[in-house]
Amino acid sequence: MTLTGAERKLPEQAAEPLQMSAADLSALPRRHRLSIGRTLSAIAVLAVLGLICLSVANAHFDWGVVSQYLTQGEILSGVERTCILTVIAMALGLALGTLGGVCRLSSNRVVSSSAWLYVWFFRGTPILVQLLLWFNLALIFPSISIPGIIHEPMNSFMSPLMAATLGLGVNEGAYMSEIIRGGILAVDPGQREAAMTLGASSGHMYRRIILPQTLRIILPTLGNETIGMLKFTSLASIVSYAELLETSQQIYEVTTKVMELLIVASIWYLILTSVLTFGQYYLERYCGRSQQHGRPRALVEQWIMNGVTRLVERRRARRAVL
Amino acid sequence: MSSRPLVEISGLGKRFDTHWVLRNASLTVEKGEVVVILGPSGAGKTTLARCINFLERPDEGVVIVDGELMGFELRGSSLHELSERRLRLQRANLGMVFQRFNLFNNLTVLENVMEGPRYVKRLPKAEVEDRARSFLARVGMSAKLDAYPAQLSGGQQQRVAIARALAMDPKVMLFDEPTSALDPELVGEVLQVMRELAESGMTMIVVTHEIGFAREVGDTAVFMVGGEIIERGPAQQVFSSPSQERTASFLASVL
Repeated sequence: MTLTGAERKLPEQAAEPLQMSAADLSALPRRHRLSIGRTLSAIAVLAVLGLICLSVANAHFDWGVVSQYLTQGEILSGVERTCILTVIAMALGLALGTLGGVCRLSSNRVVSSSAWLYVWFFRGTPILVQLLLWFNLALIFPSISIPGIIHEPMNSFMSPLMAATLGLGVNEGAYMSEIIRGGILAVDPGQREAAMTLGASSGHMYRRIILPQTLRIILPTLGNETIGMLKFTSLASIVSYAELLETSQQIYEVTTKVMELLIVASIWYLILTSVLTFGQYYLERYCGRSQQHGRPRALVEQWIMNGVTRLVERRRARRAVL
Repeated sequence: MSSRPLVEISGLGKRFDTHWVLRNASLTVEKGEVVVILGPSGAGKTTLARCINFLERPDEGVVIVDGELMGFELRGSSLHELSERRLRLQRANLGMVFQRFNLFNNLTVLENVMEGPRYVKRLPKAEVEDRARSFLARVGMSAKLDAYPAQLSGGQQQRVAIARALAMDPKVMLFDEPTSALDPELVGEVLQVMRELAESGMTMIVVTHEIGFAREVGDTAVFMVGGEIIERGPAQQVFSSPSQERTASFLASVL
């Protein structure tokens, strides 16, 4: 049945009185309504996608170079450095964020103001500027010296990796402070009171009671931040840390295959973020906080997740049989 | 000090901004005595309970538990605030049971009961675990040692909360409306545990709306209105022939 303009108007008269019983009606088969608008928009989207594919296929682009460099040694060590930087910058961010979040909530004004200033500065300036600030620190501090621990000229101390870690980690810590502060505030205040009546110190209370519950609350956000960090590591190319993007750039400056190597980098970023996305999905599900009922999943996302889940379960079943 | 009552409260007052939610509250509790605190909502009952263990810092008055001044130190002729650390140790002498249970959500039943003795008192693990198991047996929760609070009914959670407080060997137990958040059919199991606790000689201060329980178990009844204690006396007497008009009308309305 097609819908004409007249039928889409609101009915002016009441429909004919129903002759059949409710029980008979409920036994009848149902037909889905075909929406012209939905069909047309799907066709339009497919057409645009087709055009994009066609133009990519006809572009001056050497797929052979892409497949050649995708698993090339230098690129792979760039991928490795990207992963390393993501992990240590995220660890630093988490540590500073926990400290910052707890300090923001301290009743000591000096402590909470300091945490506020930290967040204000590092959230308020561009991360690219911060990376350059760390990298050029030797211009104002010729050497670094913490008695008994380290005494070194700043130039050798502030290696590209050190600058990238500090730049990304300290910046992440500022955002993480706010996330963790929110998470702490979301823990029932009764938990704190119960700990106080047991005579617990605030350190004990945070360590054993509040922070473990905060972690569960912020887990989805933490996943997002990690995926964000993975991509932000590409900024470390500005301090010449040879991560994935820097490595690709070094190669295309020699070979002039600019787009091919940028695509190589993009493919690797997609692979890494996909791995993290799966990780996040399962971690959330493990913690019983999956949003299976909340967020509608895109069709493609659903296919992939269902596929992976099925694969994992099949493998587990096979292992159980063996 | 043996002649002193176990708990002495004198002139206790608490103010939120300019509003006094508790004024000039005085009360003594002997060892083994069960004091029930009654009154309409907003009467300051909960604030009184929370001021006794300094969960809220009172603005006026003193609390003395077992001869020890809570939260202050007498130096010369003035009271000096105690350090947070020493106040914590004092607070551990008073067990508290909350209206909303407040079990630690990230810990199992057994871990909840072990938490205080293990990490605040720093007693050896094996001993703590044995005692935790026996306290949980006492409140009838032996079958749920490894369950998390979210997997328990309200009544079960409250019984675990009582075991958690008892595990600290408190001198006094404070109950802040322990059955108000419970479904009616779960109230009985919690009151039964409290009744047994009273019979075992525990000193208890109970804020409650359960008139039947208060009349049966209470030695002393305290009636509060508008932040003040307006009547105090042997429970039997307060319930059967209250001296204040306001007490009589409250009792008539809840019975």
